[in-house]
Amino acid sequence: MGRYVIRRLLQMVPVFIGSTFLIFFMVYALGDPVAALFGDKAPDPATAARIRRELYLDEPLWKQYGHYMGQILSGDFGTAFNGQKVTELMADAFPVTLRLTLVAILFEIVIGITLGVLSGLRRGRSVDTSVLLLTLIVVSIPTFVSGYVLQYLFGVKWGIVSPSVSPEAPFDELLLPGIVLALTSLAYVTRLSRTSIAENSRADYVRTAVAKGLPRRRVVTRHLLRNSLIPVVTFIGTDVGALMGGAIVTERIFNIHGVGFQLYQGILRQNSPTVVGFVTILVIVFLLANLFVDLLYAVLDPRIRYA
Amino acid sequence: MRGATRARWAVCALSAVLAAAAAGCGGGGGGGTGVVRSSWGDPQNPLEPANTNEVQGGKVLAMIFRGLKRYDPRSGAAENMLAEKIETSDQQNFTITLKDGWTFSNGEKVTSKSFTDAWNYAALVDNKQKNASFFEYVDGYDKVHPASGAATAKTLSGLVVKDDRTFTVKLKTKFSTWPDTLGYTAYAPLPRAFFDDHAAWLKKPVGNGPYAIDSYAKGSAMKLTKWDGYPGDDKAKNSGVELRVYTDNNTAYTDLQAGNLDLVDDIPSAQLKNVKNDLGDRYINQPAGIIQTLAFPMYDANWSKSGMEKVRRGLSMAINRDQITDQIYQKTRTPATDWTSPALGEKGGYKAGLCGDACTFDAASAKKLIQEGGGLPGGRITLTSNVDTGSHRVWMDAVCNSINNALGNDNACIVNPVGTFADFRNQISEQRLSNPFRSGWQMDYPLIQNFLQPLYYTDASSNYGKFSDPQFDKLVDEANAESSQGAANAKFQDAERILAREMPAIPLWYQNGSAGYSDRVSDVTLNPFSVPVYEQIKVG
Repeated sequence: MGRYVIRRLLQMVPVFIGSTFLIFFMVYALGDPVAALFGDKAPDPATAARIRRELYLDEPLWKQYGHYMGQILSGDFGTAFNGQKVTELMADAFPVTLRLTLVAILFEIVIGITLGVLSGLRRGRSVDTSVLLLTLIVVSIPTFVSGYVLQYLFGVKWGIVSPSVSPEAPFDELLLPGIVLALTSLAYVTRLSRTSIAENSRADYVRTAVAKGLPRRRVVTRHLLRNSLIPVVTFIGTDVGALMGGAIVTERIFNIHGVGFQLYQGILRQNSPTVVGFVTILVIVFLLANLFVDLLYAVLDPRIRYA
Repeated sequence: MRGATRARWAVCALSAVLAAAAAGCGGGGGGGTGVVRSSWGDPQNPLEPANTNEVQGGKVLAMIFRGLKRYDPRSGAAENMLAEKIETSDQQNFTITLKDGWTFSNGEKVTSKSFTDAWNYAALVDNKQKNASFFEYVDGYDKVHPASGAATAKTLSGLVVKDDRTFTVKLKTKFSTWPDTLGYTAYAPLPRAFFDDHAAWLKKPVGNGPYAIDSYAKGSAMKLTKWDGYPGDDKAKNSGVELRVYTDNNTAYTDLQAGNLDLVDDIPSAQLKNVKNDLGDRYINQPAGIIQTLAFPMYDANWSKSGMEKVRRGLSMAINRDQITDQIYQKTRTPATDWTSPALGEKGGYKAGLCGDACTFDAASAKKLIQEGGGLPGGRITLTSNVDTGSHRVWMDAVCNSINNALGNDNACIVNPVGTFADFRNQISEQRLSNPFRSGWQMDYPLIQNFLQPLYYTDASSNYGKFSDPQFDKLVDEANAESSQGAANAKFQDAERILAREMPAIPLWYQNGSAGYSDRVSDVTLNPFSVPVYEQIKVG
């Protein structure tokens, strides 16, 4: 187990270097960001040259990358154009997005799995059909539609919640954005767990458990659910990374100043330290979430063992 | 959420009973009584006066700084603010006398040195201030801000402090309307704290305006409170302003509708159709000092050779400006009939209809003119603009349609959208474009000079198309040497008539400033720079 984790962690190093380089290269390929800092006016050449030198933009790409990686390894993620340290931006943005992701994941787990189990156990009945239909509708509505509609209904029409989230972004204000963010994944979780449950409910070990005379509750939770959750856990695990990075739309709609907001701002202003810094952290989150999922397999399925 | 709101009310009621003060228990979003809650965008640059060149940072600086002059929020006319008088006998050497009794909100007196120190800081190349070029008119700028290499002087030789309330400025050339440029924020005075502890000052800027910054959470919100000791006449009529950063103007608009926000100064284009129903007379739509043009690459021989002026004029006449501003912009743009802006007013040099026939839609004449001029270079033109903001893609398609219809050729005009502003800007400055491109201009100060000289004078800083006309240059030089503004304006308008003849850039439309506000506030206006006049807003 320990050796397995170490091996996986070591594998992350090349992935980390490769992804940072790719992102750095892509932002670099967008062109020189300094010209846009001057608005409608033509950049004053002397000032622009000073700014370029300060940002190492006058060096060739490989030197810039080397300099940037050196900085990162010493804990310095650079500075955004408005003079703020990128680490400061991260300290502001990541907790907010993490809270939003937590809310979303919680909805996915509670609602998604519950619906999945219900419909899986009653395969072919009206409950199953309506849940399937419901998920189909949810999956086919893009986030920006459901976001704006729910925001208008709950925020303006009925006035139940505030349409936007305050900068502190406490949990209670993140409930609605959390649902919007979770909706699509929620539908997938429902469908995945439904299929898995429906399949396993006819498996030998379930029949054995029932034959042993175990109460139905115990059969479902201990035997059926535990074995059926493996694909769901895989999905939710990878979804953690996707939700953190993919919350750009939701964060914009509800004015949440999280990772998506900073990324959007960074891309628009072509500020490579912001973009590369944030994406780097997201890559790490993604990798760790995957590792965690793999380790969870062993807990859920006794047949899986890591040497 | 419901529970939370109720809990807060309970706490508020309790504190009201205990302390008989319910401050901080205002409407849904938590703004205190008398505080204006306004939408904001994250300023792109650090909030230094000489480093702020966009509206979002400018909003804050307009609240916390007052300069020598101030532009009247209604007329745009430059009026003395901190300056008691600005005198000159030769339009080149100016003596500036300050009013007595002005201080910064930290108590420090505003003296001549507050100005000269700030201006020297702004001009020095080492400080990388983006508005440094505003000081290029001052004598000695070349030494502190050489085009390349290190500065050979630390201060502008044209600035001389006489005493606490007097200093003189020597300009490089005659520039009669120079005092009227001094209302721009780049010319604001700075307290010693700015130089002594720069990092701390940037965290919480201190100025001499009607508001003082209470707290500043970068990237999310700023709270400003009325400065009670403010010595000027334009004291704040509300107790403070809360600026909230929105990434999406749709959300700000929704928040306004839900009563969580008092003022939105950027109505999303998708809502323009509904805004009158939603807000009624709480919607403002008025001219701002912004013009959009299509500039021709005059550095390209295909466009600059003689005869092409007919083609350029013909293209201008092929654009149905009325239809586009109506259909796409719902009248938040006004068809342009000159190269300046109605925000200047007659006194500032604006003259409606100066462009004449060349800016009036006439498909038949357009086709004729273009044919006379030898047709479009290469048989077709391409319009280029960044498309990340401002519905640029939509109007480019519309302009192309208009041109195609006028010429009866579906392939006469095509659109070249560029993803980001930075990329677009780079393509322009490297002269990679061989076809017309968008050129927008937002005025720095309400003078006709600001709309003409930087854009069309030979080798001027923002003359992207590299238009050059000796007659135009001569008229601009003469205008700058005139001693009265009326005479200067007349010369500038003569220069503008050359633009009408040569058409180096097609005036498209004047951009309006738009804003909407809640029924909690009143007396909301926009100044000619389309920035809300916060100090005049009344709450309740």
